[in-house]
Amino acid sequence: MHIYVTDHNGKEHELEALEGWRVMEVIRDWGLPIKAECGGACACATCHVFVDPDWQDKLHAASDEEEDMLDMVPDVEDNSRLSCQILMSEELDGLKVSLAPSAKPDAEVA
Amino acid sequence: MSEQEIVTDVVIIGAGPVGLFAVFELGLLDIKCHLIDILDKPGGQCAELYPEKPIYDIPAFPEISGQELTDNLLKQAEPFGPTYHYNRMVNELEKQDKGDYLVKTDAGETFRCKVVVIAAGGGSFQPKRPPVPNIEDYENTSVFYAVRKMDDFRDHDIVIVGGGDSALDWTLNLAPLAKSLTLVHRRDSFRAHTDSVNKMRALVEEGKINFELGQIASLEGENGQISAVNIKNADGEKSLPATRLMPFFGLTMKLGPVANWGLNLHENLIEVDTEKFATSEEGIFAIGDINYYPGKLKLILSGFHEAALMAQAAKKIIHPDEKVVFQYTTSSTKLQKKLGVK
Ligand SMILES: Cc1cc2nc3c(=O)[nH]c(=O)nc-3n(C[C@H](O)[C@H](O)[C@H](O)COP(=O)(O)OP(=O)(O)OC[C@H]3O[C@@H](n4cnc5c(N)ncnc54)[C@H](O)[C@@H]3O)c2cc1C
Ligand code: FES
Repeated sequence: MHIYVTDHNGKEHELEALEGWRVMEVIRDWGLPIKAECGGACACATCHVFVDPDWQDKLHAASDEEEDMLDMVPDVEDNSRLSCQILMSEELDGLKVSLAPSAKPDAEVA
Repeated sequence: MSEQEIVTDVVIIGAGPVGLFAVFELGLLDIKCHLIDILDKPGGQCAELYPEKPIYDIPAFPEISGQELTDNLLKQAEPFGPTYHYNRMVNELEKQDKGDYLVKTDAGETFRCKVVVIAAGGGSFQPKRPPVPNIEDYENTSVFYAVRKMDDFRDHDIVIVGGGDSALDWTLNLAPLAKSLTLVHRRDSFRAHTDSVNKMRALVEEGKINFELGQIASLEGENGQISAVNIKNADGEKSLPATRLMPFFGLTMKLGPVANWGLNLHENLIEVDTEKFATSEEGIFAIGDINYYPGKLKLILSGFHEAALMAQAAKKIIHPDEKVVFQYTTSSTKLQKKLGVK
């Protein structure tokens, strides 16, 4: 099972993913830069990704909790999701996402 | 601002779990502490990032939430009467003659102490900055992430962005004194308390404030003063006249001033030894997530152990003539007296 992740420089990476893992964990464990400050607790919104339009409808809808947390994303778009809230399964083999600026590890802050 | 110096034995930078436990360990050795944190509450990551989540690896607590752990640590530290200073960032640390340190905050206080304990964890929690071009040129002159003085907003065209309690509370508080106020949020649904949301909607109905769906796209202005906030939404772009902007997107951890204090660092972490958890500067210790040594694990458990050993070393600096006798809290009458055990 694989996912395709475009980094902040526009480079696409093919990453092997395991069933049941969070997309955030896959990205982090392969060493791509993602802040994911709360470790997947849906409490920080720093694991923000943009989902490829072809894949948007194939994901389960964001929970209320995730929607609320997306309010904490300063660069939110229609295809914004929190990657810690997407669990890998067979149907998501081939999922394409790109890392959002607000998920950069030393994200610019005041 | 010239204020009196606050004199104490130890200043602890950071009131996360490890800073809180350090109060206890230092207290057993008769050492008084002041703690400073940029958050408005104690508990660091446990309180800010996962108050409701259970932690399973605190010894003797099969399960405890981040908030419960924080509350227990506060209770445990209470007999030693620490002083907590919230909502301020430590930005300067200066060495004085005679080995004293001056610790300065952005709220204008100066603390004089013999020992500084850096328990700054993952860094200070600071507001998220929206990725809008040149926003930093306007920060603290016309773009603010917090309200220090309400009067700075009087008779201004204010734009507030966000959907949580901070955004809604400040919308309600500033509406009466603003020239105009517009709340901008990405959706017509809010995380904030229903009560605040209802009050906000009523103000919109009455035409006292405006609500726009969308997000910030760019800013206009010069010399630190904004003149308009351009927002984008499904209908395209829209320009809102504005002389004050307040974005509220929550907090994120950033190393901050810790990096400027001349201490030896290892990839943004402070290098310490594993006997005393001392930094490269005599009298400055670093414990918890902020430190680095071979084998370091960023666990609360490790931070607690570091606090205990640090306290022994701090004692020798603060009371060099006193002999420290190793004692158990279970059996020492002296320790129990300090703890207020009856
Ligand atoms: C979701 C999640 C789950 C976790 N689960 C576990 C677990 O199960 N078990 C475990 O052991 N650990 C866990 N951790 C890690 C644990 O929370 C940290 O190890 C712990 O919080 C570190 O404590 P600390 O006191 O060193 O720092 P922190 O908790 O980071 O607190 C540091 C404080 O210092 C303040 N500060 C920093 N610089 C300044 C400054 N210049 N001026 C003023 N204030 C400053 C910060 O605002 C912050 O409040 C988890 C972490 C997360 C995010
Ligand atoms: S990692 Fe914090 S919300 Fe996803």
